[in-house]
Amino acid sequence: MARTIETVAEELRIPSPAAQLRKRVFGHYGLVFGLCALAIVVALAVFAPLLTPHDPYAQDLMGRMKPPFWMAGSDPSHLLGTDYLGRDYLARLLYGARISLAIGLFAALISGLIGTAMGVAAGYFGGRVDLVVTFLINVRLAMPVVLVALAVVAILGGSLQVVVCVLGLLLWDRFAVVMRSSVLQVRDLEYVNAARAIGCSTRRIILREIMPNVVNNLIVVATLEMAHAILLEAALSFLGLGVQPPTPSWGLMISEGKQMMLFEPWLIAIPGVALFVLVLAINLLGDGLRDVTAPENRG
Amino acid sequence: MSTTTTTQAAAAQAVAPEAGATPVLELAAVTKTYRVKQGMFSAARPLHALGGVSLRIYRKDVLGLVGESGCGKSTLAKILLGLEAPTSGQVLIDGREVTARERTVLARRIQPIFQDPYSSLNPRKSIEDIIALPLVVHKIGDSASRAKSVARMLDLVGLPQRVLRGYPNQLSGGQRQRVAIARALVMNPEIVICDEPTSALDVSVQSQILNLLGDLREELGLTYLFISHNLAVVEHLATRVAVMYLGKIVEEAPAAELFAGPRHPYTKALLESVLTPDPNLSVPDTHLGATYPNPIDPPSGCHFHPRCASALEICKTTPPPHVRSAQGHVDCHLHAVPAH
Amino acid sequence: MSEPVLRVENLTIDIPMAQGTLHAVRGIDFELKRGETLCIVGESGSGKSLTSLAIMGLLSKKMRCNAARLDFSGIDLRKQSPRAMRALRGDRMAMIFQEPMTSLNPAYTIGDQLMEALQLHRPVGRAEARARAIELLGKVGITAAESRLSQYPHQLSGGLRQRVMIAMALMCEPELIIADEPTTALDVTIQAQILRLLADLQREMNMAMILVTHDLGVVARIADKVVVMYAGEVVEKGSAREIFETPRHPYTRGLLRCIPVPGKTRPGEHLGSIPGIVPSLIGHMDGCAFRSRCDVAEVACASDVPVRRTGEDHMYRCIHEVQPGAPS
Repeated sequence: MARTIETVAEELRIPSPAAQLRKRVFGHYGLVFGLCALAIVVALAVFAPLLTPHDPYAQDLMGRMKPPFWMAGSDPSHLLGTDYLGRDYLARLLYGARISLAIGLFAALISGLIGTAMGVAAGYFGGRVDLVVTFLINVRLAMPVVLVALAVVAILGGSLQVVVCVLGLLLWDRFAVVMRSSVLQVRDLEYVNAARAIGCSTRRIILREIMPNVVNNLIVVATLEMAHAILLEAALSFLGLGVQPPTPSWGLMISEGKQMMLFEPWLIAIPGVALFVLVLAINLLGDGLRDVTAPENRG
Repeated sequence: MSTTTTTQAAAAQAVAPEAGATPVLELAAVTKTYRVKQGMFSAARPLHALGGVSLRIYRKDVLGLVGESGCGKSTLAKILLGLEAPTSGQVLIDGREVTARERTVLARRIQPIFQDPYSSLNPRKSIEDIIALPLVVHKIGDSASRAKSVARMLDLVGLPQRVLRGYPNQLSGGQRQRVAIARALVMNPEIVICDEPTSALDVSVQSQILNLLGDLREELGLTYLFISHNLAVVEHLATRVAVMYLGKIVEEAPAAELFAGPRHPYTKALLESVLTPDPNLSVPDTHLGATYPNPIDPPSGCHFHPRCASALEICKTTPPPHVRSAQGHVDCHLHAVPAH
Repeated sequence: MSEPVLRVENLTIDIPMAQGTLHAVRGIDFELKRGETLCIVGESGSGKSLTSLAIMGLLSKKMRCNAARLDFSGIDLRKQSPRAMRALRGDRMAMIFQEPMTSLNPAYTIGDQLMEALQLHRPVGRAEARARAIELLGKVGITAAESRLSQYPHQLSGGLRQRVMIAMALMCEPELIIADEPTTALDVTIQAQILRLLADLQREMNMAMILVTHDLGVVARIADKVVVMYAGEVVEKGSAREIFETPRHPYTRGLLRCIPVPGKTRPGEHLGSIPGIVPSLIGHMDGCAFRSRCDVAEVACASDVPVRRTGEDHMYRCIHEVQPGAPS
């Protein structure tokens, strides 16, 4: 048929969206560094039992306050020394990574679900739904996160579950704001209209046509909120209102080390550096993802 | 030519070119009113996007719908596609009323081709997924038969099979528009709403798409509603033409008749403003002095009178009569038969 | 004959990219006298807009622009400092863009913007500038010009905004005006009005005008001279009459066959088309850029293509002296 008009060999010369993304990801050093650092922390947390023979809860009152390997008088079986109850500091650090990651992940998950649902509904349906959601976002923004978290934990008592839930219920605002504006941009594009004209259900349009085009923003917010949640947990634990002892949490470790800060600064330096590296890695990852996905190039 | 003058109320009845035939698609006195807020504290005012549009499209016709931006063309297309519900009036397919709720019924019979092939295809989906989507949504066939339909569609619109696994950003504008056409045709609809399908494309690509649309109509017996502001293109493709101004159809006639002898002053002005590539002519003076009126605040009487070179006194006060002819109609005082 | 206002010789624009250098404009030349209208026609990616930006000195810093000659009324534009170019722009040469909404600043009234256009270049007072703004708004066909001065761009329709843009471009009575697709975003009726206005003003003020467009209808009606660009090259150049009545280059001929013309093409008949897509302009290129889409291409098209002339100004770039099947 004379209808095949476009000549061969020229189409598909541009790489597919996935291939372009892959290329940009590996060309972004911040992102690669963040990803690697985060992967290492996750691996350390997951394989903690294999990396240290010690139990993070086992006390050894005879071997308290042993210094880490780079200081004089260190014990080769306790690479990072022991704390004031003689517990192995490396073990506590590794198991503490589990707590931090779990809190970051679940808090981001809960707040992500709440915020995304609200933001997408507001952006897609508009009108009254939008008014209600915008009002709720404003209400939430008027609440000081740390004070509310402190109050709730003080009433309900600190435990991992309570901290996760409190943070999850407090950090959804940025998800809602970002999702609302992203959906607003996509909602009236012609491919969404085309899907409506095909007879797609609203559910399908949101899940299959809109979400894939806004999910990059979602991921960026999720990483930033994860870092936020980890820092907040550390702060709560430091104030004694987060995870309760003897659970190995980095915030708690810093708090326990602060009495001896002047004599044994490594007690707070080690969990402090760990916290810094983890949060930095997650933030670099989020920033990188935003850079890599933002210029949504059109061929 | 016999003309009869009717009142506005009877304007709902459009004129059938062939008596007795049922139009495949009919709009009966469709209105659409939006509420527009102009300031934060001002009350919402009505904007009559469509003010009683009656149209009949017969099988295998190409109805060209022309008008300036803001005249209600796109609102009309949205109503036909079930994306918006009319404020009043009916949409009938084969003489049976279809409401916007029956979106799936509409979807099987009416499909759109949009203007911008860069935004009408989901950038995150492969070409195969895009074309197969209607079949998946309507649960037609299994994956093997769907793949076959998609392959057949690619042949039909003249795309090589290897684009199946590609993504929209890998294709040129013309190729994307072919994908959009394939998606529109995969469910064998009878009616295709073409909303400015070539205005975003380069000249050489535009002609390819127009040729393709013409061929497909012949082969598949399609009916088109062809919305465009390019009158040369409309003349090339359309069998009937409806001219829209401020939410109303001011003239409707078979294409040959309308282009040979336009009757409404607005139609005349539109035809005059077509720039044919003739180096011996200069840019025409369309005499359309004032700009397009604000639809929230339409002029009294005949909406067109402030821009009309041959406006009468009566045009400023009285809405124009609906003057029928053998093959169409025109809403204009100039063509009214004097009352006896 | 008078001296040309604008003389462009062997203009090239290169854009460095990750995959190599993109040769967007590859050695074009043309000249333009006062009172003449030159249309640059071409499809997207032909380099027509970049050419106009290069003349105005508005190319981004990443692009490299070279020319054997780029003279504007005796001034060598290649040697002007950015500061000198700023003084020229808006004063002696002005530009009108496609999208009037984005080229007007939404934060200022159109009166302020019009007056600034004059006061930036001329030592005139507010009252004088205001009078000039009112005069020009009247000239571009805006009624109640005085009350319009205090309006903001968003209060005007697209057609009115484009008229304001034209008035602004004309504030200093430029010698050269460059309009890049000035009517593409407008309705057909408004398009005719704006083009007519541009043509009238150009004649009245004896300006040179460059109109960049893809619409052959516009070109035929308004141009004295036409430059047809394809893949960064001028493939054909001549008077409007020569280009439309005796087109020589296969691309020009193909373009003219692509558009439906009431009265010429029969309704429903197949329109001509140009198969294929524009070749990639990255890297070195030999021979005729159009040969992959040309239906009269031969092996010889891959080597150097001669520049042929018929008549005084009509030139085209093709290995065929006379097109096969063309009426001579």
